[in-house]
Amino acid sequence: MGFADADLAAIWLTLRLAGVTTALLLLTGTPIAWWLARTRSGWKGPVGAVVALPIVLPPTVIGFYLLLAMGPHGPVGQLTQSLGLGTLPFTFWGLVVASVFYSMPFVVQPIQNAIEALGERPLEVAATLRASPWDCFWSVVLPQARPGFLTAGILGFAHTVGEFGVVLMIGGNIPGVTRVVSVQIYDHVEALEYAEAHWLAAAMVIFSFLVLLALYTLNPTGRRK
Amino acid sequence: MQPTRLFVPLFALLCAFSVRAAEVSVAVAANFTAPMKAIAAEFAKDTGHQAKLAFGATGKFYAQIKNGAPFQMLLSADDETPAKLIQEGMAVADSRYTYAIGTLVLWSAQPGYVDAKGEVLKKGRFNKIALANSKLAPYGKAAVEVLSGMGLINAVAPKFVQGENISQTFQFASTGNAELGFVALSQVMKNGKIASGSAWIVPSKLHSPIRQDAVILAAGKGNAAAEALMKYLQGDKARAIVKSYGYDI
Repeated sequence: MGFADADLAAIWLTLRLAGVTTALLLLTGTPIAWWLARTRSGWKGPVGAVVALPIVLPPTVIGFYLLLAMGPHGPVGQLTQSLGLGTLPFTFWGLVVASVFYSMPFVVQPIQNAIEALGERPLEVAATLRASPWDCFWSVVLPQARPGFLTAGILGFAHTVGEFGVVLMIGGNIPGVTRVVSVQIYDHVEALEYAEAHWLAAAMVIFSFLVLLALYTLNPTGRRK
Repeated sequence: MQPTRLFVPLFALLCAFSVRAAEVSVAVAANFTAPMKAIAAEFAKDTGHQAKLAFGATGKFYAQIKNGAPFQMLLSADDETPAKLIQEGMAVADSRYTYAIGTLVLWSAQPGYVDAKGEVLKKGRFNKIALANSKLAPYGKAAVEVLSGMGLINAVAPKFVQGENISQTFQFASTGNAELGFVALSQVMKNGKIASGSAWIVPSKLHSPIRQDAVILAAGKGNAAAEALMKYLQGDKARAIVKSYGYDI
């Protein structure tokens, strides 16, 4: 018993998807979180609400709209086609785009909270010491808000690993390209291959437990501000 | 107020009503969604019984039924699943009936894209072709048989996108995300014609027949509505509806 080649391919694909997605999420989510934490603009509410939408929307809604939007007649699909990239559904990068959108709140919110918890004071002090905003971000915000970034990275990664509904709707179940672990488990269960399903499912339970354990040990609430 | 005065006739009425109109919960293969809705409406009109319908992949229904799902009847997308359920004592042995023989069609949402002989498959100028999961769904298996028979399976397999069931497969093709899709004729046929796009009705000799069997499940044994529906499916009215959606019977 153990993992078949198809299972290993699904595991590797899932880790790759989660890795790429987390990197992109930290890159795009940080400026958004920064803006949300510091702005006094009236747009703060609407932008925050849009970022949080994936938490409340069922994956079927997100998957359905992504399928239409990224399809050959949708706005995103027309854009990618005019850039010569083809369309995104059924591709690895299509899953990446969907995952970035889907996991965004899990990355933005911890970072936003951490930056808000810092307050104005450290940034004002840094400014009087003539630190540029860029310098200020790297030498004040990042070290001080480190737990927030750590939480964001871990949650973004774990949430992408745990994704199912959106992938099912725009993935097309292609081995090595879009057949991630959750879909592979679903297929095993459908085909009544319960032993194979157990191996992967148990691995997911252990993985998720370890991730959350890491999160709570590295980041105990007592040390948070 | 004398509540009992009111209660007694009301209770009698309720009892009478529930005897007359029984209810049957039916698991229906996704490809049979449209015709079954039409049949259930007629069935309710003609018999007073209600059929509560759930649509999905046959493989999933099988797993759910084995694990205690409260369905009383299964309209399967194949003939193997009902046979297996009977063998395992989960279905009533002599209730099995072939309610439809499915027709596979190669379909595109774009008019003029698919020619009348399926040559479009040989030219290979498409990026993606949708089919139902070939491991689980009868229409997916049939599609793979067709491609193997044409000697195209190796060339076309890298372009496969697989739907979880035939409905999702149709969704991939109808949104244009896959240029081509192997779907059920019933999904693209309306009033005896291909409703939109272009299609090649795959000759039935290119794949083993998609016999779709219905069976009364153990939970539906003795249920008046289940027995009535099984009989209704064999009647002329239901068969005419089935045929109008492009099935053989």
